[in-house]
Amino acid sequence: MYDTPFLERNIVTQEVKISARDCQVHYGDNHAIKDVNVDIEDKTVTAFIGPSGCGKSTFLRCLNRMNDTIDICRVEGRITLDGEDIYDPKVDPVQLRAKVGMVFQKPNPFPKSIYDNVAYGPKIHGLARSKAELDEIVEKALRRGAIWDEVKDRLTAPGTGLSGGQQQRLCIARAVATEPEVLLMDEPCSALDPIATAQVEELIDELREQYSVVIVTHSMQQAARVSQKTAFFHMGSLVEFGETGQIFTNPRDPRTESYITGRIG
Amino acid sequence: MPLLWLVLIVCALAAAGYVIGRGRALAGAGGDARTLHSLPFYYGAHVVLLTLVPALSVLVLWLLIQPMVIEGRVSGLIPDSAIPESSTRDLVMSDVRRVADGLDVAVAQGAMTPAEARQMRSEFTDVRARLGQVGVALGADVGPQLLRAAQRYRTLTGRGNLLKTGAVLLVALAGFGLAVRRSRPEFRARNVVERAVRYLLIFAATLAILTTIGIVLSLVFNTIEFFRLYPARDFFFGTVWSPSFGGGSQLGVLPLLWGTLYISVIALAVAVPIGLFAAVYLSEYAGSRTRAAAKPLLEMLAGIPTIVYGLFALLTVGPLLMRVFGDGGLGWMQAGTAVMTAGLVMGIMLIPFVSSLSDDIINAVPQSMRDGSLGLGATKSETVKQVVLPAALPGIVGAILLAASRAIGETMIVVLGAGAAARLSTNPFDAMTTVTAKIVSQLTGDADFASPEALVAFALGMTLFVITLGLNVFALYIVRRYREQYE
Repeated sequence: MYDTPFLERNIVTQEVKISARDCQVHYGDNHAIKDVNVDIEDKTVTAFIGPSGCGKSTFLRCLNRMNDTIDICRVEGRITLDGEDIYDPKVDPVQLRAKVGMVFQKPNPFPKSIYDNVAYGPKIHGLARSKAELDEIVEKALRRGAIWDEVKDRLTAPGTGLSGGQQQRLCIARAVATEPEVLLMDEPCSALDPIATAQVEELIDELREQYSVVIVTHSMQQAARVSQKTAFFHMGSLVEFGETGQIFTNPRDPRTESYITGRIG
Repeated sequence: MPLLWLVLIVCALAAAGYVIGRGRALAGAGGDARTLHSLPFYYGAHVVLLTLVPALSVLVLWLLIQPMVIEGRVSGLIPDSAIPESSTRDLVMSDVRRVADGLDVAVAQGAMTPAEARQMRSEFTDVRARLGQVGVALGADVGPQLLRAAQRYRTLTGRGNLLKTGAVLLVALAGFGLAVRRSRPEFRARNVVERAVRYLLIFAATLAILTTIGIVLSLVFNTIEFFRLYPARDFFFGTVWSPSFGGGSQLGVLPLLWGTLYISVIALAVAVPIGLFAAVYLSEYAGSRTRAAAKPLLEMLAGIPTIVYGLFALLTVGPLLMRVFGDGGLGWMQAGTAVMTAGLVMGIMLIPFVSSLSDDIINAVPQSMRDGSLGLGATKSETVKQVVLPAALPGIVGAILLAASRAIGETMIVVLGAGAAARLSTNPFDAMTTVTAKIVSQLTGDADFASPEALVAFALGMTLFVITLGLNVFALYIVRRYREQYE
């Protein structure tokens, strides 16, 4: 059923990048995330799976404080990045988001040229000292986004003119251009066709060499293909978290088993 | 029969038709509405439509055509010799109508018998005095030809009205009868009503377009008339505006256009930044509660009549500016009415235009754009400046252009705030005037519509229309291009 034989995978434990302790999220009166404890490792792809509305996207957005932009959202508990509390009043959410990049469900290139889309982050963070350096950063990001060969001749064309899959890879390139340490991906393939999905998945696997990647997905096959660790969320709680192979072949919690065998969700 | 009664009778017939048509269809189905093709309501509405629409159309057409036909027949009775030197056939015909109406009044009041009114001869009766007794004042004595024409007019109108009543009632009854006969259960009444609704909508749309065309045409013809009397070159390139009804006017449009543009530019310089920033605050920064309170408050500015803004300019802003820039202060300003006064107040008036439209446009920028930018570590103002505003820019430009055409067409604030002197000056504290204000002053009072001094108003109106039309078309073009961006 699955593409990858899990049990043959090498399981290497990396150091912890992000850790959440007793994380609670309220949307107004709605208790969306309950007591989530999780350790996300560096240079690892962690997949969040679970039925719709289980809170996996909400939790993902806690990790770079994107929930701050929603008025009625309240986050409690302790989330640390490299041991530092990201909800500490001293932390600037803007700087945090530069370190923890995000790719969204729907490709959302800005209505600017391809070049300007990628150069956007480096420009606002002042990463390039000169035009030449900026060119270099853009090229590197586009290469890492596995889209350089397709767009190198039309960098001035609008980013919105690309195909869906290309747009999503452009958005990934845009996110890596700011040199983040963690890359959060909220269902990055849900708006893409199978071929584009395969390209993005391949890209995620390559990104693992440098970043800690967290991906929210509805597709269990995708979680199984790209991730090393999997967290299963249900009704706002983290039900089970462990090696992807173990979760999919030998889940400890009956709810996890029900979900991956298709009985709930 | 008076018109009102005729319309009421037709309406009553239609109302009866509703009940009868509905009842007949239901009866045909044995009282079971489920076996009808359409809902019972549609059968009733079908009869109403067939009764009302043809009858009222006939009535409207008749009302339009009858006077034309009668005028044509009557005016043949008046020989060219009966038209005085200083008059025209149209003026004589309006006298004929006046006398005919006077005779009607006299008969209605019982001062004359109908036969008397028909057979009276001006050779034997002083018609002017007789009509004066019943309160119809005539400018001159009524000549024999005129009286005969008026009497003919009366007979023709009376016959026409009778025919009209007959024809309208006949058509209404025919429609009624046909519709009632068709009201059987299998008749597709709903489709008829549906088609009628479509025609109604087409009619409304056509009427709006035709009215616009009519307005433009009336402007065009009068403008052409004006250019026949006054050279177009002097109008478009003349730098002096000094109309005098005695003749020898100089009607150069440039000082007026300059005043219009100057005031509009100042107004936009006030309205665009304030309106735009207010829109950005409301849509990006304000909480939902602030927004819910502030937006209607801001839009209330748009509901203030412009004459009130004019008063505000005249009584508050003008004196205020005088205190700073007038003789007591910097000495740049001679009087409270100036380009600056009108421009500032007009700018205040335009703020809600810019802010409300821009706010809608900024809100239409997808949230995913903001998320994308914030997710890259951009601050709120960076996001607004680099992503939201560029994405909304075409729409915002459209909003600004719409505000500009409002500014160019604005009259009351200018009349009260800017003064009346047409001059080409660069000092914003000078009094100047605009195209619109001059149109008002050229047409108020006793205007002789054959003189270039009055007709120039149409040329001015046309100029203004072309400018604002150009701006609107440009704005719509930009707004439309913007719309394509996210679809």
